[in-house]
Amino acid sequence: MKSDVKLIVDGKRLDGRKPDELRKIKIEAGVLHRAEGSCYIEWGGNKIIAAVYGPREAVPRHIQNPLRAIVNARYNMAAFSVDDRKRPGPDRRSTEISKVISEALEHVIILEKFPRTTIDVNIEILDAEAGTRCAGLTAAAVALVDAGIPMKDIPVACAAGKIDDQIVLDLGKEEDNYGSADLPLAISPRTDEILLLQMDGHLTEEEFEEAFNLALKGCHIVSELQKKAILDKYKPIMEVE
Amino acid sequence: MTILPSIKREYLIKLAKNGKRADGRAFDEYRKIEIEPGIISKAEGSAKVKIGNTQVLAGIKMDIGDPYPDIPEEGIMTTAAELIPLASPDFEAGPPKEDAVELARVVDRGIRESEMIQVDKLCIEPREKVWMIFIDIHILDHDGNLFDAASLASLTALYNTLVPIERLRPTLEKLQEKFPSIKNYLEEHPKDYKLPLTEPPISCTSVKYNGVVAMDPNLDEEETAEARLTVATDKNGHIRAMQKGLNGSFTRDEVKKVIKASIDNGKKIRELLYKKIGN
Amino acid sequence: MIPQQKREIIIPGQFLGDIKHKKAGRGTFVENGRIYAEILGILDERQGQINITPLKGRYDPIENDFVIGIVQEAMPSSWLVDINAAYPALLHVTETPWDIDFGETEKYLNHGDSIMAKVLQVDSEKRIQITLKDYNLYKIKSGFIIDVEPSKVPRIIGKKGSMISLLKKYIKCRIFVGQNGRIWIDGNDEDIKKVVDTIKLIENESLSFGLTNKIEELLKKDAKDVR
Repeated sequence: MKSDVKLIVDGKRLDGRKPDELRKIKIEAGVLHRAEGSCYIEWGGNKIIAAVYGPREAVPRHIQNPLRAIVNARYNMAAFSVDDRKRPGPDRRSTEISKVISEALEHVIILEKFPRTTIDVNIEILDAEAGTRCAGLTAAAVALVDAGIPMKDIPVACAAGKIDDQIVLDLGKEEDNYGSADLPLAISPRTDEILLLQMDGHLTEEEFEEAFNLALKGCHIVSELQKKAILDKYKPIMEVE
Repeated sequence: MTILPSIKREYLIKLAKNGKRADGRAFDEYRKIEIEPGIISKAEGSAKVKIGNTQVLAGIKMDIGDPYPDIPEEGIMTTAAELIPLASPDFEAGPPKEDAVELARVVDRGIRESEMIQVDKLCIEPREKVWMIFIDIHILDHDGNLFDAASLASLTALYNTLVPIERLRPTLEKLQEKFPSIKNYLEEHPKDYKLPLTEPPISCTSVKYNGVVAMDPNLDEEETAEARLTVATDKNGHIRAMQKGLNGSFTRDEVKKVIKASIDNGKKIRELLYKKIGN
Repeated sequence: MIPQQKREIIIPGQFLGDIKHKKAGRGTFVENGRIYAEILGILDERQGQINITPLKGRYDPIENDFVIGIVQEAMPSSWLVDINAAYPALLHVTETPWDIDFGETEKYLNHGDSIMAKVLQVDSEKRIQITLKDYNLYKIKSGFIIDVEPSKVPRIIGKKGSMISLLKKYIKCRIFVGQNGRIWIDGNDEDIKKVVDTIKLIENESLSFGLTNKIEELLKKDAKDVR
């Protein structure tokens, strides 16, 4: 989409951020009573809740994998989460996002420990403002830890993009609509392995390098926030009398 | 999926015979109710309600559409509910099944029959364009009594709903080309304004197990229940909607008692709601 | 970097030590000669072996564990029983004290029945078998069952049973704590409620030091009669 609006002027973006600045993020672990693990995240204007059930026996039997668990991530947008009401139910976009998130999570979860099961991860977008898949995956990761699922690392995601020929971190709503590239990235922060990588728009090789490095930096910052959220939830019960 | 052990069921029944509930509440007593209005920025109105551990989120979206031919000058309201897999290990992904449909229709009935939304004030161009209100109920955490939590969340969400003139101004201005009198409508309503509402209906749900009737059932009580009754009452203590569910039965006396308790609790919950929305 | 503090909370992917100096125990994995945590838990190092005690998660069945199961389904010569693990457990008719004819399983155990059982076997494919063939195993006839995080069970039982003995001392109830996080309580209504409330308290404050004393004080205050 083209616009006459300048998205970045003198190093300042529409919402006042610098090019390498993240939106405000708040993460809370263990927010639901029924779910075995859960997490609520506010990232800019995004409000997302993730919940984990499992590992539990995969049914019907024919979908079971005899050697490992299947990760079934479901990304869903609430009807009221966007400007024009979204008809409830999965659309092609949600299906694709669910798939790439499932695949990212499968790499870090120690699947062989639970053959013939599914690990169900539900990501509900309650209020949407660009970058929902990154925020959703980030919340899902915390929910998995909260559920006691064995993992090699806690995955995290963040996006970078290009607006007005400048590479910036964490696109906001207008930037996502009027920018010229969007690069969501998910990694295993311990090893920097790439678990999710998508891109749409127009980037030269150099621009890609720049955007990738920026997104990577963003991932590491958010990773610290995830860890803090988990410790904040569990540390208080450790109060020494 | 989740099984309620028989001995738990028998224990609840035994307790009930001795006039007690497992969590110590009286039979017509509600768990702690928390109401949080306006939490979703994209929605025209929204609210999250917690009753005990049950959490329900309701969002209101509005759009411009064609009126129904039999009510050509009235706005249109529809209610949908999703029992999303997030909320319970027993909820599956997929299109709403009968439980979700019943929930949505019962909440809808209470709001519609109490005439809470002044739909005659939601006409943009008679016989051509009216406002459509979409109430979407999202269950987040299921610990019993989804009906009352969903209803209360929907009401609170309606109370902080702003008719989105600004967001839909381009559409309205385009419609002016076909219907010039919309110009007057826009002059009368130059910016977002509060949805025109009257008094809310308050829904109160009770269940019956082994001859005992308990209001605001928690999950265990709901799983033990043979029959369920939801009664929506207005501020005058008049009944606006009722729904009996499950395959057990009620006696006339039991229904009378439930109605009385629903009117009483309806008053209390209405006060709580008014405090939250600043009435 | 390497956690030193006792009872420090460990998260998945956290580095715990080198395989050259330490042994990798439960709740850990090894990558390139380095030991990492795989679950959210508490560090438990014994004799050079690093273990992580889980804080959350489903029950991980171990042979000979005592568990409380809820029957899901009766089949012609066996039952499927929910024991709060990632898989349902199988109870075969030959593992019961009863003489059951083929197809008569429903007469003995049916959907919703609770049983006190023992984990008989967990095979390499994680298929779980349980048994009722022991003098202290049986079908539960009355009382109440609550579910707690399986990881909290050791705390509820206490060191050498200290916590659970405390409960039994001050409250007149039969209490049985299954390793799978299910607890069976039998007694009169008031006493059952007292036990449930106390257990919930222990569950919420399970990591605090001095919890046993705190609980004892509360129970003492509350006690009407002491055995």
